[in-house]
Amino acid sequence: MKRELRLMKGNEAIAEAAIRAGCDGYFGYPITPQSEILEYLMEEKPHERTGMVVLQAESEVAAINMVYGGAGCGKKVMTSSSSPGISLKQEGLSYIAGAELPCLVVNIVRGGPGLGTIQPAQSDYFQAVKGGGHGDYKLLVLAPASVQEMADFVELGFELAFKYRNPVMILSDGIIGQMMEKVYLNPQKERSSENLEWATTGKPAGSERTIITSLELDSAKQEVFNQKLIDKYREMERSEVRVEEFQTEDADYLLVSYGSSARICQRAVDLARAEGLKVGLIRLITLFPFPKKRLEELAGSVKGMMAVEMSAGQMVEDVMLSVCGKVPVVHFGRMGGIIPTPEEVIENLKTKIIGG
Amino acid sequence: MTEEIIIAGFGGQGVLSMGKIMAYSGVMQDMEVSWMPSYGPEMRGGTANVIVILSENRISSPIIREFDTAIILNQQSLDKFENDIKPGGTLIYDGNGITRHPERKDITVYRIDAMDEATSMEMSKVFNMVVLGGYLKVKPILKLDNVVEGLKKSLPERYHKLIPANEKALHRGMEIISEVEQN
Repeated sequence: MKRELRLMKGNEAIAEAAIRAGCDGYFGYPITPQSEILEYLMEEKPHERTGMVVLQAESEVAAINMVYGGAGCGKKVMTSSSSPGISLKQEGLSYIAGAELPCLVVNIVRGGPGLGTIQPAQSDYFQAVKGGGHGDYKLLVLAPASVQEMADFVELGFELAFKYRNPVMILSDGIIGQMMEKVYLNPQKERSSENLEWATTGKPAGSERTIITSLELDSAKQEVFNQKLIDKYREMERSEVRVEEFQTEDADYLLVSYGSSARICQRAVDLARAEGLKVGLIRLITLFPFPKKRLEELAGSVKGMMAVEMSAGQMVEDVMLSVCGKVPVVHFGRMGGIIPTPEEVIENLKTKIIGG
Repeated sequence: MTEEIIIAGFGGQGVLSMGKIMAYSGVMQDMEVSWMPSYGPEMRGGTANVIVILSENRISSPIIREFDTAIILNQQSLDKFENDIKPGGTLIYDGNGITRHPERKDITVYRIDAMDEATSMEMSKVFNMVVLGGYLKVKPILKLDNVVEGLKKSLPERYHKLIPANEKALHRGMEIISEVEQN
């Protein structure tokens, strides 16, 4: 398979990858730092290339409900936004999860709360992995750390969304969204014309109506449905955990990180190793499902772990739950759009874990 | 080989596009590249900067605080980044509007009066290419041919008629850059 080499921004890579993945529809509303996704799609006129619909909705709420509608018809649909806009989409996401429909949602995170800042942050971790909207549901969350992964995870995201009939989120931030790197793009995939038995595409004569709803007033039935969702999430935990490890084999100390922070940690590992400190890094690619088992294993071989994320400490809680107190786990992060430096990471590792 | 560069100046001076052309040129040479712009409110207030990394290896952090080379195009940027150049590193600056000149003694300082040159060539728009020419001269990592290819890639087709003027500016920059003697 011949892949095309391009130099692109992360946001542009998502947009181009969506067209090439055979996406049927994108519905969005502009917000910094992800507006290039919508802008690129508008400029590319994918309707002329593949028939893909691109629509700027009147609001984020409208956009997510257009996604709900498109997904209900069995279409490959997506939306994107940044933190405040993703908050607006939470009701829709809960309904889509409750109706068991596939879709892709991209969050190019900026610092919060509220309107916060337009600079990068990772402070939407809880919202992304713990539900975000109401009710017992999960998104499958992918965390790209390069422009290449921005592109790759669009196709992967759609695949997983349809496999589990569940919304998938790409959780990135302003760093990966705005930076340019080399990216190898897959060839154009055809849009699917497959008839999905759950999709509302019109009632064929002689068969039952297809109904998509997230409403069930019979509690006994609703509990059975809740259990079905939970079983699906357990299956994701068994089959879909993805991580990348750097120098963990002989590590005394482990950095746990994801997305752009993991890039900074990679550099920190190199600097620490040059000083003779045996530091390793586990980079989480799926945030839900979370790599509990692997962290538990690593807790048996390292002296301590430090979660590095651009937040007040969110992912660190899942690290702690995974290692069950076997080794000390601390957090280091910057907030408000400040990006930590590799040197700061090492300093904090020294004061919080190695010396502590 | 890894070269970590910051380019900083006023918005509108072509800082981001100069970085983009360098990144494209790196791709032409089969290098790993990253281009990380400042996209914050400061862009709207006047100053712009971009970090470009060119490397033979996988690039870890695209955000760095110390640079091999700083290309500085206004006083604010000189004040902000002069101390972030690695010892033994390179500083290239345009003397236009500079009231406090570089003071570091442990780096190599080059001056290029690209703004004056571009103005006298009556091509103020190719100012950034004069600067880039200067960089290519003192840090011969990117090949001129690849930079011209990079230009073609990063300029929309409708501007391709301007490529000869840009090439001329690159050559001019290579001629006029000069090392600042340090006592």
